[in-house]
Formats: sequence, C-alpha cells, structure tokens
Amino acid sequence: MDIYKEIILDRYKNPKHFGKLKRFTVSITVDNPLCGDKITVYLVVNNGRIETAKFKGSGCIISLSSADILLDDIIGKQISEVLSYNKDNVLSLLGIELGVNRLKCALLPLEAVHKAINKLEI
Amino acid sequence: MKSFRKDFPIYVSNPDLVYLDSTATTLKPKTVIDSLVDYYSNYSANVFRGIYRISEQATEAYESAREKVAEFIKAKRSEEIIFTRNTTESLNLVAYALGRKIVSEGDEVVVSILEHHSNFVPWQSLAFETGADFKVVETDKFGTLPNDWSSIVTKKTKIVALTFVSNVIGIPNPLKKIIKQIRALNPETVVVVDSAQAMLTSKIDVSDLDCDFLAFSGHKMFGPTGVGVLYGKYKLLEESYPFLYGGEMILSVSVAKTLFQDPPFKFEAGTPAIAEVIALGTAIDYINSVTVEQISEYVSDLSGYCYKSLKQEFGECISILGPQSAKSRKGIFAFKFFDFHPHDIAGILNSYNIAVRAGHHCAMPLHNHLGYPATVRASLQIYNTKEDVDKFIFALKQVKKKLS
Repeated sequence: MDIYKEIILDRYKNPKHFGKLKRFTVSITVDNPLCGDKITVYLVVNNGRIETAKFKGSGCIISLSSADILLDDIIGKQISEVLSYNKDNVLSLLGIELGVNRLKCALLPLEAVHKAINKLEI
Repeated sequence: MKSFRKDFPIYVSNPDLVYLDSTATTLKPKTVIDSLVDYYSNYSANVFRGIYRISEQATEAYESAREKVAEFIKAKRSEEIIFTRNTTESLNLVAYALGRKIVSEGDEVVVSILEHHSNFVPWQSLAFETGADFKVVETDKFGTLPNDWSSIVTKKTKIVALTFVSNVIGIPNPLKKIIKQIRALNPETVVVVDSAQAMLTSKIDVSDLDCDFLAFSGHKMFGPTGVGVLYGKYKLLEESYPFLYGGEMILSVSVAKTLFQDPPFKFEAGTPAIAEVIALGTAIDYINSVTVEQISEYVSDLSGYCYKSLKQEFGECISILGPQSAKSRKGIFAFKFFDFHPHDIAGILNSYNIAVRAGHHCAMPLHNHLGYPATVRASLQIYNTKEDVDKFIFALKQVKKKLS
C-alpha cells in the first residue's frame, strides 16, 4: 500500500492549520530526536471545547499531514473526547496503514495534543 | 560484472527486492543458512560439557570457528578471539573489563567524531564515571581524520578508540599510519578498533595493523545475527577483569573464592550462541571462497557506477557525504536529496521495493559535525547489480516528482 497517497501529499503541501497562534490557551512542543521531527501545537480551549488549533514544526510528510488532519478533526470537539483518541483514530483519519517503524511519525501530533490538554488540566 | 546474487536465497522469495542496506546487515548466503539448520537438525548439543558424541562434535565445530576467525584476521593465536553478541558488546567489554581497570581521574580517553554510538557512548560514559577527559577528534568536511596526531595523544592518553570504516562515510581510515603515530607518542596507549564495516573492504591483519583490540559483528559479513567478535592481544586479555560472571568462565568456585578461566573463556560466560558461531565460521569460508579482494573490487566498481549515475542525474541536488569522486567510493552512500525528509525518501523508495536506511545511522555526533540533521543511506554489496542501481535512480526520480 502506498502511504504517500494524494490526500496525504496534498495536506503536506497545502496544510489548513499550519501556523502560529498569537493568543492561545495552551501550547506545547514535542519532538522525536531519532527522526528529527518536532511539532508545536497551539490550542484555544473554552469551556472544555477546542475552539481553534494550529501547529508548527518540521518533520516527515506523515507526521506533518497527520498533524494537519488531526487538528482539523479535533476543532470543535470536547477535550474529554479528544483525550480518548488512540492510534486507531489517527490511522482511520489518515486512511492508511503504517508499519511499526512509521507509526511513531503519525502519532507524534496526537502525543502533542494529549500533552497540551494534560498541561491545561494541571 | 558477475554478481553473486544466486548465492543468496532471499532473492528466491523476494525476486524484486532491491536491498541497499547491507551496512545495517548483509544478506546471508545459502551455505550459512544451511550451517545453522545443520547444527539444529543434526548435533544441537551444548559445548564443552558433554562427554558424548554430538556434544564433542558441537565443541569441535565451535572451536574450529574460533580458529577460522583467528586466521581470517591474522591473530597470533585463537585464544585471542572472544565470541560476543555483536560489535557493541565487544566494545563495551573492553570499556568494562579493561577500561575500568586502567582509566582514572585526569587520564584521557580519545575517540573520533566518526564513531558509531557503540564506539562513542561506552567511552564517554567510562570517562564520565572515572573523571577522565573525553577527547573527540574532529574530521574535515569530507570526514577525513587528521594526519598529525601529535597534538592529540599525550602521556595521559590511556585509550584511543577508532572506527576502521565509518558506517556513514564508508571509506577506510588510514589506521596503520595513525596507530604507528600513537605508538610513538605513547607506547602505553591502548588502541581499540571498531571494524564492523571494514571486514569486507580490505584484508585485515591485526598484527600488521598493531591494534590492541578489534571488534566486529558476524551479521555484517554474511554471518548470522547474535554473534560478534572481540580480538584482543593476549597479554591485555589476561590483564583485564572478567566481563560477565557465571557458568563456563570459572575454573573453580568455593564459598571463599572463585578462580577464573584463562582467555578467551574468561569472557564467555554462559551458553554461547553455538549455532551462530559455527555459521560465522561458514560465512568466513564463503568470504574466503570469493576472496575479500574480489568482494572489495566488485563493490568499488559498482559504487563508482552508482556515484556517477547519481551525480549525472541529480547534480548539486544530491549531496553525498564523504569524498567526492567516483573512484573513492566504497559501497556506502549517505546523502541529502533536495530538502526532502529522509523518512519520506525512504518511505517512497520502499513502495518501489527498495530497502534503504533513513536517519542518523547511530552517528549523531558526526551528523551534527557535518551539518546534516539526518540522511538517507544506500549501501552496496556483492549481490547488488547495475540494474539495482538503475532502479534506485529511477525511484529517486519518482521521489523528486512526488515531493516537489
């Protein structure tokens, strides 16, 4: 299966949520030094609901498209629901299957979002 | 150019595989695989302990592999050959068993920036634990070590650990000359060589090289995984502490005291990787039947073709680490391709059934030094063909098309 499908490439080349938010409720940076991937996520949260989200960073196509697709999905959702997301949610959003070595690329944005929400609750 | 593809059964089940990751591990010839099966099917007994026929057969095969290794690297005696799990364990063994004994506060431990983490971190940690200075010798931008070591080695230098062939640059370092200088500057310095990537590039002669230790893995020289080798000068092996304690490595044990075996058994505690050691012997038979010279010549010729093809097709858009000439290439191509992420390049190559490595290849200090966060690495071996190289170039063109 070709994981570099048009939709993935398209989201990499034309992301909808790439950028920095000047005003945000919470922001966090996670990285994977082994791959050289680094992603910063900004969330605006109101009454437990994610109103806006953006991300910045550098990484492979899988990690960056995964970030864009994930943020697109979580905007408007309750943080409690987003916290219950796992690898299956991400893979189904991406619509691809990934081997064990590439899975960590796809899951890095979810890790960032979860860490950001957890930071918020503390 | 005659390829040796037919000797490697993986191509029967994967006829379209373009395997360009031999630096990580080589493919295995049929004779080596058969040798593993032969042990498990016909004489799978433990070594040394059994007073019965198949145990004696296993012991003889195990010890005959030791002799083959000794002969292959021109060690003076087979007792200087210790079987470990891999190069990493061999290098850690030296750091642990001898390093802890001879290095103390104020001494110096020296490595180069070219080192694989397995020949970097054990020494860095040893220096940290003992309070010694950890010195890292830098290279020029092509990955070439300095010619003059007089400002590097001092009277305080206890250990110098160097790679024979970097797994990123892929070019043999002039170790004979460097070791000669080290000996002149400080005859007491212990020289440790990581030769994991060097075993198929040129004939190794430890006496001529005059290193104190030499570490390598079976699986990077057509042998099985799970077996590595440490060569050490006998006197130094005698001087070292044991490594792991337990069965096989003792002479006698009492409540008051334990006496240890002589080298190499002092360092081989527990049941060893018997089948793998025997099959490593078979891998050496295979190498000898082809000859290291012919392997090296084949890989050099194919590397020249690969370098020319890459440069012709992509020019400045591909930057290959190491010396910049077709003639000097020896099978390893770590490169940056446009600004594409190495994982994406490797991922797309995979969809063309091409196996390459992406990342920092366990050489983070070198990547930082040369200014690359990560690279893609393609490596060639005797089962690769010009057709493999052509498929690689074609797939890279598709990568360019897809990601631009």
